[in-house]
Amino acid sequence: MIDLSVQIGSLQLANPLIAASGCFGYGVEYAGTVDLSSLGGVAVKGLFLAEREGHPPERIVETPAGMLNAIGLQGIGVHRFVREKLPELRDLRATVIVNICGSTLDEYVELARILSDADGVAALELNISCPNIKEGGITFGCSLHGTFDVVSSVKKVTHLPVIPKLTPNVTDVAAFARASEEAGADAVSLVNTFLAMAIDVETRRPQLSNIVGGLSGPAIRPIAVRMVYECRRAVKIPVIGMGGIASARDAIEFMIAGATAVQVGTANFVDPFIWPKLLDGIREYLRRHEIARVADLVGTIDTTSREKQWISS
Amino acid sequence: MPVDVEARVIRNTRLSSDYNVIALAAPEIAAATAPGQFVMVKPGRGHDPLLRRPFSVFEVLRANGRVEGLTLLSKRVGVTTAMLFDAVEGDIVSCLGPLGRAFALVDPPEEAWMVAGGVGLAPFAIMTDALAARGTRTTLFYGARTGGELFYLDWFRARGVRLVLATEDGSVGERGRVTEPLERELRSARQAARVAGGLQASGNDLTVDACGPGPMLEAVARIAAARGARSQVSVVRVMGCGLGGCYSCVIPVRDGRGGRHYVRSCIGGPVFDGAELVWD
Repeated sequence: MIDLSVQIGSLQLANPLIAASGCFGYGVEYAGTVDLSSLGGVAVKGLFLAEREGHPPERIVETPAGMLNAIGLQGIGVHRFVREKLPELRDLRATVIVNICGSTLDEYVELARILSDADGVAALELNISCPNIKEGGITFGCSLHGTFDVVSSVKKVTHLPVIPKLTPNVTDVAAFARASEEAGADAVSLVNTFLAMAIDVETRRPQLSNIVGGLSGPAIRPIAVRMVYECRRAVKIPVIGMGGIASARDAIEFMIAGATAVQVGTANFVDPFIWPKLLDGIREYLRRHEIARVADLVGTIDTTSREKQWISS
Repeated sequence: MPVDVEARVIRNTRLSSDYNVIALAAPEIAAATAPGQFVMVKPGRGHDPLLRRPFSVFEVLRANGRVEGLTLLSKRVGVTTAMLFDAVEGDIVSCLGPLGRAFALVDPPEEAWMVAGGVGLAPFAIMTDALAARGTRTTLFYGARTGGELFYLDWFRARGVRLVLATEDGSVGERGRVTEPLERELRSARQAARVAGGLQASGNDLTVDACGPGPMLEAVARIAAARGARSQVSVVRVMGCGLGGCYSCVIPVRDGRGGRHYVRSCIGGPVFDGAELVWD
């Protein structure tokens, strides 16, 4: 019997697979294609206090092995989420990770208060990394002090595990993982999307209405794996890895690099039935490598010098 | 609930140097599809193309009383449509569906007028079969750039559909936009109804259903509204997932309070009441 459970702070997940925020609506949209209770967690679309319209179309464009998005965090706001979506998610027995975004420090704190009082929230993911909105969010995520302040302020008002979601659009992402840990974060998740752009050369127009957007998908996976590896070595708290995972092999790669759990986003767009395939693939791998607990796979990267191996053989 | 089928290509018929009709063995999807619903399609397993693309279901294929699959009308414009154009019998195309909100079908004595622009013909073959089964009288207003891009005309004629054709170059049918004969016929139908005194001004004797380029849909919605007819339009947006997850395919819709808000066309549409859309 293989044990797929993993521990994120005080929260135990049934398995390491989490639906990534911004790629899974509010979860309920996918109730017809996946049993939400079979997922380790569901990170719902980023919420502000108020409803938001988001950017005008075009909001996405496909790029080689990836996609750019500039949705602009269209959303129903936290109050409607608690009223309209959370009861359904509870009924579906989903482990709900709510992704929250603020224009100000106070907004993060208020969101955390509201969601800590709501029934059915398992953890808070702090969106300090959305590349597509001007105000707040990433301004915290691109400053070590800002990151520290948001995490520590939210920690003061909630009993829920707090997981800042880090941006890769910084020079040294591990420093942000350390700032998060010092501020009391229970885990960090990374990476959010890479700031990018695409131009229609015939019209010379940007392909997104927002001009720039966030790159996701298999194209970013090797960079994301490297960043997860760096963060794992920098902090003791769990690292939740993501960025272009499209197969069980990719999820396993992140876990070997140091991810305790992984999030899957873009691949769910391509195949909304991917989840049991990923779980089966992870199980098969663990069986083949005679690993009883998936948690034992985390951070097992072997960096023994290849040169040494060559000499000793 | 949608299903994902690794569908075998039954046949692929090229209609021109750009257009093709591809038949896919996805009977479970075909049997559940209502007119106006769509599938998300991905030919090949690699990362180019990465995302699926949306296609309205064109026809439901039946043989010996059994549903054997569906067809898609495609115009070659990008990577996916090029692969669909080049596909051969036996190839596998991943097909997810049926998805989205269908056209509401009218019953006799109400008439259905269908308006198609170019590849916007896509929802109207399956629609014609569904309306014929109800005995609803149908007219297809069908426009394209040139006569060589008007397809399936005999197919529609054989099913008793009255055809009104228009081409931009005047090679077949009326020269100009298809919305011009639509406006003229709607006006004269209204005058005839007034003379006869038989039909109400409420417009529930006629529904105009449209699919095509945005400006055409806007014109259809405006013309129908001006003549008191209901319109339903199937919009085409860039879609990432088709299931409401990505929020990329939004379209502005009136919110009933004088404002507007973005609705995901994959689950709120792709068929909308023409009067509820905000045209930019």
